[in-house]
Amino acid sequence: MNFVFSNRQISGMLAVVPANERSFEDDMANFHFPVARSLKLKQVMGYDKHRLVDGPVCASDLACFGMMHLFHEGLLHPDEIDALYVVTQSPDYLMPPTSSVIQGRLGLKQDIFCMDINQGCAGFLIGLFQAFLLLDQQSVRKVVLINVDVLSRKVSTSDRNSYPLIGDAASITIVERSGDPTLIYANLKMDGTRREALMIPAGGFRMPSSPETAILEDDGDNNRRAKDHLRMDGSAVFNFVQVEIPPLIADLLHLAGATQEEVDYFLFHQPNRFMLQKLAEAMKVPLEKMPSNVVEHYGNSSGVSIPIAIAHNLRDRLATSRILACLSGFGVGLTWASMLLPLGPLKFCDMIDFQ
Amino acid sequence: MASERTIEQVLKQIRPEFDFTASQDFIGDGMLDSYDVITLVAELDNTYAILIPGIDILPENFQNIAAIEQLVRKHVSNHELRLQ
Repeated sequence: MNFVFSNRQISGMLAVVPANERSFEDDMANFHFPVARSLKLKQVMGYDKHRLVDGPVCASDLACFGMMHLFHEGLLHPDEIDALYVVTQSPDYLMPPTSSVIQGRLGLKQDIFCMDINQGCAGFLIGLFQAFLLLDQQSVRKVVLINVDVLSRKVSTSDRNSYPLIGDAASITIVERSGDPTLIYANLKMDGTRREALMIPAGGFRMPSSPETAILEDDGDNNRRAKDHLRMDGSAVFNFVQVEIPPLIADLLHLAGATQEEVDYFLFHQPNRFMLQKLAEAMKVPLEKMPSNVVEHYGNSSGVSIPIAIAHNLRDRLATSRILACLSGFGVGLTWASMLLPLGPLKFCDMIDFQ
Repeated sequence: MASERTIEQVLKQIRPEFDFTASQDFIGDGMLDSYDVITLVAELDNTYAILIPGIDILPENFQNIAAIEQLVRKHVSNHELRLQ
């Protein structure tokens, strides 16, 4: 499915990462693998440090911390916010929506559109689609898009396939109308037949959490996780990304009438360094145009990984310059999406630690 | 050029506890998991100066030494062709 937007802009971005940092070496003691084998994987995948919440910190805690920072710094005024989208797979509650929790905690006005979106690694793109669409309404002038996940709380520490890469984080993206008629192109695909490749089996209504769903089970490869935990079919996800993303980007560039060389940066979801390097090779994109350094510093924080890639790598440049960015997110659902848009100069682009 | 001996040595670096000449189904026999396959691809890329594409990282290409050798040969040939 293709989308074309105009007169839309991202005007500011803030990423929030927990101050609590763990290293791969810290985690290794929990894995049931020889040290040498784990270290080899670390080298290939780019695992090193990751940022995780410490204790029972929830999605709204990270989000409100970031929003309060923007209010205190004078970068955003509460009364300006006409809509609040919260994209998360780790809501504070099954009900009410986390967007309502955040609205209430921040004392935002009642004349506001609040909505949760259950999406993961493509969630930044899905959130932008929704924000751009809502800005068709004249009553909506400023949309706050919050991507947030605290999925480390749902990953087994004895799962070497998932735990070393997981990261917790939030991002706040301000989306507004702009006077710039430059077209923004986007596309999106979904395949629910492959939904079990990434899932948390228990905890919803299909399989409520119980003492049985909390029992750790060996997956046959020495990883131990419970049905309450996130499970990822690594082979299926890797193959999905390598097969689906290069043609998605080729279609996007064709739709836009643009060439790969015109794109300044390919800012993709950050699952791990190896997967992104293989994507860059397949697409014949120079590695310096496709950052793959988020996992080693912060971990993979699902829908927040693209905002972190932007803030970590481009915050200084985006303070004064404009780039042509190709964004792409891919993951749970399965869902994959991309967008070609001008980005910057931004009123703010920063990253702060959650204490 | 890829040889069974070199591939066996690369495999032994990753999982020294197994005799890879004794199995025809490394994944089915629990000798390689999906993350070992990724480590193996990185090692083969370095050893043979090739770039095995992500779409070729499929279980059937890593079932046994003959399958791995065939995969490496295909990409060594492509690499040599590109250099000509």
